[in-house]
Amino acid sequence: MTRLTACAAITALAVALIVAALAGRHRAAAGENIEVKLCDNQTTTSVPADQPATRENGEKIAKALMDQWKRSNPDSKAWVEEERAKHTIVNPADNSPLIGRGQGAVYGQITTQDVATWREETLKLVVDGSSVFHSADRLGGTIAVSCDMCHPDAANTHPETYPKFQPQLGRVALLRDMINWCIEHPVRGQQLAPDDERMRALEAYITAQRKGTQLNYGKR
Amino acid sequence: MKRRVALKSVETRHYKERAELFRHLRNLDRRTFVKVSMAAAAAVAAKGLAHPFSFMPIDVAYGATQGAQGFRIAYISDSHLYDRTLNDRFVRQLYRAVDDVNGLDPQPDFVLYGGDLAQLGQPTELDLGAQILKSIKAPVHMMVGEHDWYLDLGEKWRQLFGEPVYSFDHKGVHFVVLNSVIEADFWTARGMTPMQRMQTVAGLDNGIQSRFSVGDEQRAWLQKDLAKVPKSTPLIVFSHSPLYKYYRNWNFWTEDADQVQAILKPFNRVTVVHGHTHQLLTNRIGNIHFHGMLSTAWPWPYAPEGLPPLTVQMNRPDPFDPNDGTGDGEVDVHPDGLVDKIYNLWNRNPVEVSATYLTSGGKQDRPHPPNLASY
Repeated sequence: MTRLTACAAITALAVALIVAALAGRHRAAAGENIEVKLCDNQTTTSVPADQPATRENGEKIAKALMDQWKRSNPDSKAWVEEERAKHTIVNPADNSPLIGRGQGAVYGQITTQDVATWREETLKLVVDGSSVFHSADRLGGTIAVSCDMCHPDAANTHPETYPKFQPQLGRVALLRDMINWCIEHPVRGQQLAPDDERMRALEAYITAQRKGTQLNYGKR
Repeated sequence: MKRRVALKSVETRHYKERAELFRHLRNLDRRTFVKVSMAAAAAVAAKGLAHPFSFMPIDVAYGATQGAQGFRIAYISDSHLYDRTLNDRFVRQLYRAVDDVNGLDPQPDFVLYGGDLAQLGQPTELDLGAQILKSIKAPVHMMVGEHDWYLDLGEKWRQLFGEPVYSFDHKGVHFVVLNSVIEADFWTARGMTPMQRMQTVAGLDNGIQSRFSVGDEQRAWLQKDLAKVPKSTPLIVFSHSPLYKYYRNWNFWTEDADQVQAILKPFNRVTVVHGHTHQLLTNRIGNIHFHGMLSTAWPWPYAPEGLPPLTVQMNRPDPFDPNDGTGDGEVDVHPDGLVDKIYNLWNRNPVEVSATYLTSGGKQDRPHPPNLASY
């Protein structure tokens, strides 16, 4: 049995990979099956090894894999949609003018799919940040206070003013230092490590909400 | 109060001086009043006094010419109580406001509670609030906020405080208390539990909920209630949300505000005092004066758009001072029925927004601008 791994959560990209993989496979005996695995390393499907490496066949396999993955992960995207319905989240920059242009030897030509992936992945981090921002539980708060109670839509968080000297802290503060200060004091939780997933998400959301504001570090 | 006098603290002296000032003010005509107010404000500023307390005076001003008597109301609003075991901070802040009000000498004629006593409308939260408010010496008039309402749609609140919509007369002023936080049903179609509904409404920036309104039923009631009141009678309306359109996304907004204003318009002197916005907020639409109330729990930032031009912002709250930007206050009702609104920002100087400031369209008696406005 031959194994192929199709690393893509996005069907179209999976198709290309699967077609390429089918074309490049070792010649297999008739009746032999190939196991195609999704990049989650769990979802697999078997296809006849001798089927032609066409786009249609690739699409069929990718669809089978994605359908299977969706069945076992019913809430996968739901949280993004749910959070976006609740809270206003500023969209990331539009990179569609880059479609069809090259980014040099490493990346090659930028496709519609590239732009969609960049947008979706970036937005996902920001949306997760919104969810942390609005949840005392996820923040680790002990008195049921969350960020949005003083900063609806991340108002008055002014990420564009950091780093700046905070006389109350006696040192220069980055945005994350102020986030941690708020988590420790008004929220009464434990400080987050700088690379904590929640900290990364919070920084992403707060920064996203001030899109278009001129950076002005040091401003008080 | 007696004990405080014996200590002769800064607070006591301030209270006494202020009470004295207000007593004298009631006997003055408007022009002299303005002079005295400014002199007093200047004196306070010159001394560099930090204001020791935190409720806001609203001075209802009836025309001295009519020989009516002015009086004073105090207010406390937006305490957002959780159970004490979960969050003691908001509980202690409400106690602070109660102390402020009980320390007033002379006592206000009554105290308005401006709504959002509870954070998630839970019976234990409302019970706790009711118990704390019982220690207020002056009579208390209750108003409902969305945080009190959307768990059981007012059942517990009614049980504790009675009907949320009512009117009464006091010293020649007609008072109306509204429930302006009526939202169209967004929960049934979504199959939400009462707690999910409550938590949705509790999020100021949560876009799933509907917009606030007074509603047809209450507007009809208001029309009927006001039909028997002469147009020359000063009117003071209490509503939780501002009865105008400031910022829709945060429900700093009442969807049918225009229709409510149309009902109030025929009256010569109308003042609306509202909660919900947790900030110093001033507006005038036609003859209607609008004043916001401070929260005892936390300040809201000014909205990114729609701020009424007459509003002189409060100072940007210092995040390192958990009580900054919060407080309570008073309404001084003058004999002509117009009011001066005093914002008692905890740990800061009080800010007075006078009736003259509003009637002059912002030309006279402008309150002190903040040192640091919002970003």
